[in-house]
Amino acid sequence: MNTFSAAAIVLRKELRLEFRTRELLNATTVFALTVVVLFSFAFDPTSAESKRYGPGLLWIAFLFAGTLMLHPSFAREQVNDTLDALRLAPVSSFAILLAKMAANFIFLLLTEVVLVPVFVVLYNLQTSGILWRLILVLLLGTLGLVVTGTVFSAISAHARMRELLLPLLLLPILAPLLIAAVEATASLFMDDPVLDRTWVAFLCGFDTVFLTASWLLCDFLVEE
Amino acid sequence: MKSRLPITALTALLIFFAGYAALYIAPDERTMHEVQRIFYFHLSAWMVSFTSFFIVFLANIAYLATRRVKWDCLAVAAAEMGVICCSIGLITGPLWARPVWGIWWTWDARLTTTFIMWLMYVSYLLLRGLLEEPQRRASLSAIFGIFAFLDVPLVYVSNRLWRTQHPQPVILGGEGSGLDPTMAKVLLVCVISLFGVMIPVLLDRYRLEMLRHTVQELRVDVEAREADAPQDVKVQGVREHV
Repeated sequence: MNTFSAAAIVLRKELRLEFRTRELLNATTVFALTVVVLFSFAFDPTSAESKRYGPGLLWIAFLFAGTLMLHPSFAREQVNDTLDALRLAPVSSFAILLAKMAANFIFLLLTEVVLVPVFVVLYNLQTSGILWRLILVLLLGTLGLVVTGTVFSAISAHARMRELLLPLLLLPILAPLLIAAVEATASLFMDDPVLDRTWVAFLCGFDTVFLTASWLLCDFLVEE
Repeated sequence: MKSRLPITALTALLIFFAGYAALYIAPDERTMHEVQRIFYFHLSAWMVSFTSFFIVFLANIAYLATRRVKWDCLAVAAAEMGVICCSIGLITGPLWARPVWGIWWTWDARLTTTFIMWLMYVSYLLLRGLLEEPQRRASLSAIFGIFAFLDVPLVYVSNRLWRTQHPQPVILGGEGSGLDPTMAKVLLVCVISLFGVMIPVLLDRYRLEMLRHTVQELRVDVEAREADAPQDVKVQGVREHV
């Protein structure tokens, strides 16, 4: 079986598992909304201020939501040692990792679909005319977050204090992604929105570097 | 142990001489005066720390490729060394910046990169502490180490594109840059002496980690034998001996 069809099967399992309860999605979305509301107390959410701070707050909310959401990705498999079952299946370890990444990507995008409109309304921002470019930035940024996050979720799943460890490992690594995503988003919320190509290219580079690294290292990651 | 005494004595002498050279032999800097003397150790510490992190990266790759425990031991030894020297760089930097730039800290590309690098390698050491099983600890922390090292240039480029204030590289910075010859010699002495400290400490730490690993293996071995042995023949107090 080739990697992609194997990954598709594992992905279907991940999605089915999540949509049976939707507890992860619900919890993460509510958490991200809470963060957005709390930010409004930290600064005055007028239109001018929002343009300056908005993109940063939005991405910080995604980053926190992401670290929360990514943790169960592998930790959930530990409860009944189901990762061993996955490992026994005749699929490559990259297929397992890819499926986990795809599932997390979908979950985080679903959270963003709820969060972005709420954010735009609450913070008086304009998205007409920039919607597609905004979606591009969101996709690239989320991909980078999910790729590194899924790998680190597999790493931290075996450790003690893993809930605490994942953000500790993930957030410093995501610093360049945060800068690039915030700057690219900020360039869209300007009075004269022009998508900053440098940052989009940087995001593509970030995604490529870590996706390649995970592909090269996945055998060591999912091994017994 | 005895044979290492001369090396240790030599290193100690060298580091004292380096301190003396930085304080008294190096000429006064035109605009920054005395405070600039911190530069000799600041730059050397940074060089040692970056070399150590590079060793961590290479050892991580070597471990994953060969599965030899020695590479894992080298990685942890180098990571600790790197974090210590990185801390020295992060402490001496603000001491220098305050009188010269008028601020303790600025979020410039090199400063931010160093700070994030420090955070990543501290989390690397934390991760190692929190993973129980030796083999898993070695391979999972190696993966994290590789990711962390790959991230360093990305952090640098992103901050470079964003904002920067650190002085341009003085030594290979193109036109108008360059060091006074005496300053260069003092710098060389400081770099050599810090590397002179780094290498023996690194090797000792590496040996310690290897010994720890051997002890761990012996302990597992003894415990397995203890479990196999019939109840009455069980060796008492064997754990204390290990």
